[in-house]
Amino acid sequence: MKQLRKLLDRVKPHFESEGKLHAFHSVFDGFETFLFTPKSTSTSGVHIHDSIDSKRTMIIVVVALLPCLLFGMYNTGYQHWLATGATEFPFWSLMLYGFLAVLPKLLTTYIVGLGIEFIVAQWRKEEIQEGFLVTGILIPLICPVDTPLWMIAIATAFSVIFVKEIFGGTGYNIFNVALVTRAFLFFAYPASMSGDKVFVNTAPIFGVGNSQVVDGYTGATPLGQFASQSSDQAVVLTNTVGEQITTWDMFFGLIPGSFGETSTLCILIGAMILLFTGIASWRIILSVFAGGAVMSLIANVFNTPLYPASMLSVADQLCLGGFAFAAVFMATDPVTACRTNVGKYIYGFLIGVFAILIRVYNTGYPEGAMLAVLLMNAFAPLIDWCVVQSNIRRRERRLKVVK
Amino acid sequence: MAEKIKLKEVFFNPFSKNNPVIVQILGICSVLAVTAKLEPSIVMGFSVIAVLAFSNVIISLIRNTIPTNIRIIVQLVVVAGLVVVVNQLLLAFAYDVAMQLSVFISLIITNCILMGRLEAFAMANRPWPSFLDGVGNGIGYALILIIVGFFRELLGSGTLLGYQVVPDAFYEAGYVNNGLMILPPMALILVGCIIWVHRSFNKDIEG
Repeated sequence: MKQLRKLLDRVKPHFESEGKLHAFHSVFDGFETFLFTPKSTSTSGVHIHDSIDSKRTMIIVVVALLPCLLFGMYNTGYQHWLATGATEFPFWSLMLYGFLAVLPKLLTTYIVGLGIEFIVAQWRKEEIQEGFLVTGILIPLICPVDTPLWMIAIATAFSVIFVKEIFGGTGYNIFNVALVTRAFLFFAYPASMSGDKVFVNTAPIFGVGNSQVVDGYTGATPLGQFASQSSDQAVVLTNTVGEQITTWDMFFGLIPGSFGETSTLCILIGAMILLFTGIASWRIILSVFAGGAVMSLIANVFNTPLYPASMLSVADQLCLGGFAFAAVFMATDPVTACRTNVGKYIYGFLIGVFAILIRVYNTGYPEGAMLAVLLMNAFAPLIDWCVVQSNIRRRERRLKVVK
Repeated sequence: MAEKIKLKEVFFNPFSKNNPVIVQILGICSVLAVTAKLEPSIVMGFSVIAVLAFSNVIISLIRNTIPTNIRIIVQLVVVAGLVVVVNQLLLAFAYDVAMQLSVFISLIITNCILMGRLEAFAMANRPWPSFLDGVGNGIGYALILIIVGFFRELLGSGTLLGYQVVPDAFYEAGYVNNGLMILPPMALILVGCIIWVHRSFNKDIEG
């Protein structure tokens, strides 16, 4: 640790205003504050300090995402082995396969996203903002495993520039950057983001894995199966080789889906970390699940063969697709969510309702969580405004009563 | 008229400094609606140039006889008449494009650029400057339409004017057309980009 500090102190003069490498000042600053607590203290006003700054907040979110990431690797390997007809599932080969599948995507998002952040920070002569730390890991987690890298690169560049930097950088964005990346991919390249080809990787990577796909293989996600279900058939959810899946399978997550969102269990572990450290708002998480449960109950009561997804039980609805992931990691994004406590309940509840509403009644979109969160991102400031106004009015009334 | 109008400025200002779309932010609706392909964008651009130029001239000719309190209705009638003529011409000579543009040719009537130019310029100026003003503003509008249409068709369909320009080798290598370019939101973002570039070269424009 001391060695590192010494090294930083030795190279620091080069980055000061007269140094040779001043052009890279913000890069140096970014690394220094990443490794050590900044020395500068506030000079005016009254401030309450604790050990947490935005870099540390981001790191905790990344830690909370690790269970999903690790499980995603395992599941990617598992789905591949399953689809190629294996009967044994060697743990480390599965992990290696999943690791090789996700590594290029992680690298792509970080290189493109951080590259843009670095360039913009240098250009504006600002510090590097750390917001991309989380976004960069979220993007591979919410994309199908077969998404081509160039698409991820374009979508990442698009959303970092048009959703974040244009509005002023980290902390000023209206919409969740990772979700806009996914929405961009979803609308720009629908063939690569849905259907039954993209969610399971069937080709070997660097010689790891097999190449022969078994007969009767289908790579459709459970929700994708609903979307393509013809209306008069009974709905039977199956995994890649045609075996029926149960609610527990959906909970543990050994089903096809986007990379990191299949396991509700791992998402809940992440949620525990976030709630224990006080990073995420329990109000939002709770109310998203409440909203989703209420809406799935309504859909289930009025189930019709016309909308096959309305047949799903409440537990299935909450475990399937990106619902839980969106509730824990997307809806709680402090920048785009509501600020007021009452607003958080409304915001979360409506996300839950809209996610299930879109999922069940719009067969064109198999999954509604992404669109629901983006929609409510747009309404979050309005909800806050209404909550604040109603507070003001209530207090004014109280004032009149006293008079 | 007290101040003398410079004909050159009247004609050339709308190209860039006072562009109806990217500076005055008028007529955005049709820019979003018709620019998914380049060909309809060009046709739409020329239609607006024609309607704008001739309605400006007509209104300018009768500007002193129009009663002030019904001037908007008179302007609308003139524009509507010209739009019908343009629409019939398109149906006669460019049927496919007219079908693609469908209702948007008729909706030129509601294009804010027209009412804006008629109110702001033709009602107060002689026919010749009004004609130049109409053509200038029409070209300014058409320019943006063509730029947006060019990028949307190139990136969204891989074609230009219906001819494939993205080589087959690209598609074989895994390139896929960007479906979002076909959807209206991307037209809005493209217009935003054009405004961004334009403002960074013309720092004196306010707002």
